[in-house]
Amino acid sequence: MSKLSEALKSGKFIITSEVGPPKGINMDACLDEAKHFGEKVTAVNVTDIQSAVMRVGSLATCIKLKERGYEPIMQMVCRDRNRLSLQSEFLNAAIFGIENILCLTGDHQSLGDHPQCKGVFDLDSVQLIAAAKGLMEGKDIAGNKLDGSPSFLLGGVVSPCLEPVELQIMKMEKKIRAGAQFIQTQSIFEVDKFRAFVDKVRAQGITTPILAGIIILKSVGMARFMNENVAGVFVPEDMIKEVKETKDKLAKGVEIAARIIREIKPHCQGIHIMPLGLGHLVPEIIKQAGL
Amino acid sequence: MIVAKRKPIDEIKEMLKPYNKILVLGCGSCVAICMAGGEKEAGLLQTELQMAFDMDKTPKQIDTITILRQCDREYIEEVKDKLTQYDAILSIACGVGVQFTAEVLGGEKVLLPGLNTNFMGATIQPGIWMERCLGCGDCVLDETGGVCPVTMCSKSLMNGPCGGHEKGKCEVERTRDCGWVLIYKRLEKLGKLDLLKEIKLPKNYGAVKRPATIIHEAYQTPQITPAQDKPIKEATK
Repeated sequence: MSKLSEALKSGKFIITSEVGPPKGINMDACLDEAKHFGEKVTAVNVTDIQSAVMRVGSLATCIKLKERGYEPIMQMVCRDRNRLSLQSEFLNAAIFGIENILCLTGDHQSLGDHPQCKGVFDLDSVQLIAAAKGLMEGKDIAGNKLDGSPSFLLGGVVSPCLEPVELQIMKMEKKIRAGAQFIQTQSIFEVDKFRAFVDKVRAQGITTPILAGIIILKSVGMARFMNENVAGVFVPEDMIKEVKETKDKLAKGVEIAARIIREIKPHCQGIHIMPLGLGHLVPEIIKQAGL
Repeated sequence: MIVAKRKPIDEIKEMLKPYNKILVLGCGSCVAICMAGGEKEAGLLQTELQMAFDMDKTPKQIDTITILRQCDREYIEEVKDKLTQYDAILSIACGVGVQFTAEVLGGEKVLLPGLNTNFMGATIQPGIWMERCLGCGDCVLDETGGVCPVTMCSKSLMNGPCGGHEKGKCEVERTRDCGWVLIYKRLEKLGKLDLLKEIKLPKNYGAVKRPATIIHEAYQTPQITPAQDKPIKEATK
């Protein structure tokens, strides 16, 4: 059983973080980022061709992290592979001892650095989770029996501040029914919206652990960019003002992240910090959040 | 209908360079409605090409004919004798018309495409056409309030939206609607939101084996093969 799986069972507040594989084969910076996270981070997400920008794969990076003693959460998206390749990748992951898998749709190929490529999307994220669950039960999508079946902790994602939120919850509920055992969210800046989302989810009787997404606000520009370009992420104006009026932007970013965590902590089972290259700040966020 | 758009004039000119006696062959159906390849467009293209080649001091004979449908043998057969008189035929039908005209002419004539064929769609407003069907061969419109997830979702997702839509618009372009928000609103209006709860299984992308053939029950004879446009008996005579 993975450490993440045990932690989820224990009911303690969980911290996960994330690294992005590099474009090129120099893995040092990527793997070193995980070094900063510290022992309080239970597991590390590894993105899968993030933002549709061609780079090292998730599985290879997960294997490298595992060799260094970190517990990876392998992300898998539906954009680049058909059901043959996706199912095969689940088996590959199992062979290398990868136990946690997070299933996502994936950004559209037109947003990446090869916009002329053909997108696949043979499966969607709900079907991807169901496919992994099927493999765990010894069968592939076509119903064929496996000679040796894998065991995974499966996760899915949700965007709690994205309207209509009912549609988000509807799909999240399907992911859980398909086999997702934990949920990570898009980054949260609107605490009230997040609380309302959790209330709606719990009112439906959904008890699956939710790890709230946290991003470090680096600058006013970053906040404005996210508000205009990142779906489901809205940095409130007073928060932008706070960053604007501070000299040490990163220290302010850490302070805001820690504050958000303190405010949402009673409403979720953990947090997922996406440092985007600022991995060295993760321990300070955790400290200031009082975790 | 099939919606197409004319290729840039320079690309067409480049294609036609090696030929002297050229026919612009219009098609009076879908591409006439979408103002790309009908009789009027054939006439305009003829004039434009004529002037362009004249200015280059490489004058060519360029004529034009428009038939009702280039995807129907009978209309092509009617003008077959005229068509064979040209060095090259610039078809401004969809890709189907270009290929089928060449097939009906026995593959012995140079057929060149004057259009890029884009999609199956509807006239949303005069001059605006939008895609509505991908021809997947496995229609699910009964489950999605009459809005197609395969076509209207840029990722053809079957179980709900991705996390990329914002204010009801798709992540691919913020001017286009998110198909799943459309589905949600339609089902809400119809009082059928419960339809969204069912987990949809992976789609059968083998429902249409491409290139596809359909043979109507009344016409099912063993002589027709998908690869040929004529019955074997006749073709091998």
